[in-house]
Formats: sequence, C-alpha cells, structure tokens
Amino acid sequence: MSHSEHHTERNSLAYSIEKNVEVYTQKCYQCGKCSAGCPVAEEMDFPPSMVMRLLQTEDPANDDKILRSHSIWLCVTCEMCLSRCPMEIDIPSMMDYLRQRSRSEKKVNKKAKNIIAFHKAFLNSIKYTGRLFELGLILDYKRQSLNLMQDVALAPKMISRGKLHLFPFMIKGRDQMTRIFKNTSK
Amino acid sequence: MKTGIYPGCSLTGSARDYNESVFAIAEAFGLEFTQIPDWNCCGATAAHNLNKDLSLALPARILALAEKNGLDEIIVPCAACYSRLVVTQHELKKDPELKNRICEVIEMDYRGTSVILNVIEWIDKYIVPKLEEKIVKPFNYKVACYYGCLLVRPNKILNYDRVEDPQTLDVVMSKLGATPIDYPYKTECCGAGLSISRTDIVSKLSGKIIEDAEHRGADAIVVACPMCHSNLDMRRPDINKYWDTEFKIPVIFVTQAIGLAVGLSPQKVGLKRHFVEVKIS
Repeated sequence: MSHSEHHTERNSLAYSIEKNVEVYTQKCYQCGKCSAGCPVAEEMDFPPSMVMRLLQTEDPANDDKILRSHSIWLCVTCEMCLSRCPMEIDIPSMMDYLRQRSRSEKKVNKKAKNIIAFHKAFLNSIKYTGRLFELGLILDYKRQSLNLMQDVALAPKMISRGKLHLFPFMIKGRDQMTRIFKNTSK
Repeated sequence: MKTGIYPGCSLTGSARDYNESVFAIAEAFGLEFTQIPDWNCCGATAAHNLNKDLSLALPARILALAEKNGLDEIIVPCAACYSRLVVTQHELKKDPELKNRICEVIEMDYRGTSVILNVIEWIDKYIVPKLEEKIVKPFNYKVACYYGCLLVRPNKILNYDRVEDPQTLDVVMSKLGATPIDYPYKTECCGAGLSISRTDIVSKLSGKIIEDAEHRGADAIVVACPMCHSNLDMRRPDINKYWDTEFKIPVIFVTQAIGLAVGLSPQKVGLKRHFVEVKIS
C-alpha cells in the first residue's frame, strides 16, 4: 500500500509526524539500509528501521516506546540514513520532531540525561551572550550532569594552545537574542 | 560582488588554528572578505535537537545581517554552520508562512538571497585559479581526505559534491601535489556533538576513521570541519585509550595544507596549536 492510499490513525504518532514534518512512515518497506549505515545503531535500543516499523503499527504502546527510547537522543543527525533511503524518507527531521515530543511529554529516557544536559548548557551559553562560550559550556554541563571530573586534563591543554577563552564575547544584539529565545519557546 | 565571512563560534576558540589558516591563505592570495557584523551562534546540534523554530531563527538572523550589510556571498568555513545556514535558507524558501513567522521572531527583513559557500567552494572559486603560480613547496604526502557528514549531507539540499565517495577535497589536495588514497571512511561520522556528553561513542567512531587512514599508509588526514578536527585531534588521548593503542597520524585542515604549499610557516597556519604533533612542514 502506498502512503497516499493509507490513512494514518488521527491519534497516532505517525499521523503527528506527517502533519508536523511531512514525513510519511508508511513509505518504509524495511530494506534496512538506514540501520546498516547508521553510525550509532549499535548503541541504540531500536535502530532507525525498527523505529520506522514501530511507528507503522500505529499502536499507542509502540508510540510510547519510541518517545521513551534512548535511540532518538543517540541520533547524531549525520544524515546518512536519508542519503541512502531508497524512498527518501527524512528520518533526521523526524528524529528532531520525536525529541521535542519526548521532552514535551516528559518521556525522556534516563540514559539520555547527559546528552540533553549538554544541549541545554549549549543553548544557555548562547542565550545571553550571542555566541558560544566554550569554557562556560563545559562548566555548566558539569553542573547539570554532575560529571565534575570529566575533561579536567583537557582544559589546561586547551588554554596553553590558545584554544579556550577565559571570558565570553558579548555581541551587541543581546537583547534581540533574548527575545529570539523567548519568542521561540513554546 | 561583496564577500562576507561567517567564522562561527568554534573558529574563535577551539578551532583557532583553522581560523588562522583561513585568514593566512586569504592574505597570501590577496583575497578580501568582511566579517558579518555582530554575528551570533548558528545554534548547532543543540538548537535543532530541542527547538525547531530556534534552530531556524538563529541562522536567519545571521543571513539577515549579511543581507543588511550588502554581503551577497558568504564563506562558511565550519561544515556544521554551513549545513545549518543552507538548510535554513532552504526551509524558509520552501515555506513563505514559516519565513514570515521567523522574520517576526528575528525582527529583521530576510530575503534569502545570499550565496553560501563552504570552504572548498571558496577555495575552488578564488584560490585554485592562482594556485599553480603560487606553489613553492608541493605538498608531497599521502593523504586521507575526510569530508565527514555535513559538508555533503543532506545532499538533496546542499547539492554539493556526490554523496558517496565525494571528490572535491581530493581534487584540491591533488593540485597541491598530494596523493589522496582510496578511503572508505570519507563520509563516516566522527560522533559530532556527542564529544562531551558521550565521549565513549566519539572515541569509538573517530578511532575507526583514524585506524583505517593509518592502515592505508596515509601521512595525514585532511579535514574541512572544526568539529571533525576537534574529535580526531583534541580527542586523540581518549581515542587512544579506548582503542588501547597509540595512533600518531596528524589531522590537518585543507587550508593549512594550502598555506604550507605556498610557503607559509607552520606557526602562521596554526599547526603549533594541534594536540597531535604535525611533523609535516
């Protein structure tokens, strides 16, 4: 059955994916090329082709499994799956949507907490200064993840090579940046 | 035509070496460009992972600033920033309603008219034509050209090199006098933004890329992305620990190789800032 003939259940995750990012999960015929090329498939609880299959079932229990999965956070958006998909299914865009849904429904996988702590620390860093302040990012990540000893050997080596600034650079449009963050937060 | 440059955050910090080499070869070839005034971070992986509108608004502000300052062509040396800017331009062109919403968010006009060049496109356009007359020291080394992900993908949007076994970087390196090796890891992922949050995954993936280049007898891995560079170079102690070995192959930016070939010193092109010693000069 092609996706145009298939009517996705209105309350399913597959339906929301169609409406929000125009990705049609029914197009997948399970060739497995995405999982074969995915650099992080080995680490995942469900490799990309399995995520597609679970979505196709439109079963609420499977939708829940996906939003609670570690996979959606391990995806590094390398775009390999999309480039090799014979049906040109945009899995990376779908993953971005699934991550946002997973957070808004408070279903984030516990194992992904450091990955999210990093992303949050990154955005915190640019929110007030406009540009990434790498030292601030590392310190904020340590605070959020409680991995206090991580990379302690790296920072002095970066400083001696002139690769780590001790103070942030402030852009002029900081007020504008703050409003951009405010107006894009849901 | 007025050319602008968007360095991106890493070139001002951890990839300062890349920045130095871009500016050094621009000077050597008499090329001028203006830094986009008051540029901000593109949002990188963090923004598109957590908030789609933010991931479009941040690059849109950069592109709008370029337009406002009459910069109709922008060089983006960081492959990750390059990808974010091109994808944003594509998304906003495709959906006028989304474009209007993002314009309201950034409080600026945006037309989407800037031509965005990655570092190899810039080299091809402005450096390659004058390369032959400028080379004083051919780069006689065997090299593994490593493109990574975001220089070539998403290929339908970037519309750049071919997606499997790309050639543009290999061609530039050949023109410098190097011998590019056949290299199946050209577009495999280094682990990208997991560098800090999942260093183990980065060590594993980057280790495969390094191991294959060494195994095939390359003298250096050549890159065009600061993320790839920091994972392959700055993360080398973690990689060596993970693989229980001592990988020694240096990782250099294509702009550093050009600098050396036209007679610039290793220091001038930032080679002294690397973690893995570069014995090439």
